[in-house]
Amino acid sequence: MNGSAGNKFGFTVNRSRLIDYDASDRLVRDYVTLREPSFRLCFACGGCTATCTAGQHAPFNLRRMNTFIRRGEIEPLREEVTRCMLCGKCLLVCPRGVNTRNVVSLAAEAIKKLDRNEL
Amino acid sequence: MSTVTKHVVVAGGGVAGMEAAGALAELGHRVTLIEKEQKPGGHLKQWHALFPDRRPADDVRKYLSRRIDNRNIKLFTGISVEKVRKQGHDLHIELSDGSALTADAAIIATGFDLFDARRKEEYGYGIYDNVITSAGLEDMFNAGRITTADGRTPSRIGLVHCVGSRDEKVDNNHCSKVCCVTAVKQAIEVRQKLPSCEVFCFYMDMRMYGPYYEELYRESQEVHNVNYIRGKVSEASVNINNRLVVKVEDTLAGRPLRMELDMLVLMVGMEMSQAGTRLAEASALGRGINRFLETGDHHYGNNLGHVKGLFYAGTCTAPMNITDTISHARAAVTETVRYLTTR
Ligand code: SF4
Ligand code: SF4
Repeated sequence: MNGSAGNKFGFTVNRSRLIDYDASDRLVRDYVTLREPSFRLCFACGGCTATCTAGQHAPFNLRRMNTFIRRGEIEPLREEVTRCMLCGKCLLVCPRGVNTRNVVSLAAEAIKKLDRNEL
Repeated sequence: MSTVTKHVVVAGGGVAGMEAAGALAELGHRVTLIEKEQKPGGHLKQWHALFPDRRPADDVRKYLSRRIDNRNIKLFTGISVEKVRKQGHDLHIELSDGSALTADAAIIATGFDLFDARRKEEYGYGIYDNVITSAGLEDMFNAGRITTADGRTPSRIGLVHCVGSRDEKVDNNHCSKVCCVTAVKQAIEVRQKLPSCEVFCFYMDMRMYGPYYEELYRESQEVHNVNYIRGKVSEASVNINNRLVVKVEDTLAGRPLRMELDMLVLMVGMEMSQAGTRLAEASALGRGINRFLETGDHHYGNNLGHVKGLFYAGTCTAPMNITDTISHARAAVTETVRYLTTR
């Protein structure tokens, strides 16, 4: 069945929700980790997300963003990295000493480079 | 304190039994140590290096061998204790070869069995060549070669936590305690031995309960670049390239994930041993809902059963690491000596 038949029934074709680890690559992760090695230390506690002011008003979740970077899932990051105000509150709470603010900046930078085929 | 020599039977010659026998012999008691395998040492015989410091398992093996090198200890191997019952003040102990012993006291140290990974069929152990267990990986470390079944060097290995633990489907709701840190240790060892091999740990919780475990977990990320994915692997299969494919929910991303691997290592948990089960059933010893021996008191009597003169040491009571097993065995000896001198 193709998309047009589906549309008659009010369906739209969704992108697969599956993270296919072998179909994506880790260029952004490697770019970030090389420049900010503390990124390796995130153990996904969510402390940064809880304290983040931007995240309380917009869909921005630093903890989950870290996971997407690690898995090579770039699409969900595109919007998110623009939401960070770089205030650095998250830095104060991280129990693993991740330089969270720098991770966001580097991820934003890496995505730009990726789009220009510079990564 | 009485210095009269007593006879104590220790059932099981693994870490707990060897430590208990050694400590009793040191205090001048006559000990009969009974081990069902041909050699004492228990599961430790198979292990290459130990968490958290990755010291050679041989260090502890040597310590335990020295421990039982005492003329007060008689070691019998290839025999198991089948039944214990009270006979007057003494214990009557029946062995698998049909013979029997009389003892003033006895310590049960029958240990644990590793979970049989074939019971989690969806992980393919015993079906796919490159699905192995944590014990199998130790064999590879001992052999000095980590390769797939067809002799290739793996480029990606996955470690699955909680195989046979915390899982109602195999009737084990308990946590085996040591497998999380074993996974971290093994992940680091793989990274050190095969620096170009990626390693992924699939976990539900990281239970780093012992001293220096959390530090080891941190080191595994910071120094060795081990990857962690929070989610329970639902199944493993093999694709047309003969690579393993695992399915898991990446619960931190909130999305399903699939990944190809060259090797899958199942972190098998601890269960009450079959030998211990036979002994407990024949002797009517109480057992907990986790099927390990039920102790007199969880807080201050966990070397005691309900038979006077019979004591418990080590993983026949619950999963524990080597450090705690040795401490538990020493505590069992303290209880035994107190019983012998005050009864
Ligand atoms: S606070 Fe630190 S460890 Fe916790 S999720 Fe944020 S970056 Fe990760
Ligand atoms: S120690 Fe870790 S791997 Fe083992 S059963 Fe407990 S939570 Fe699971």
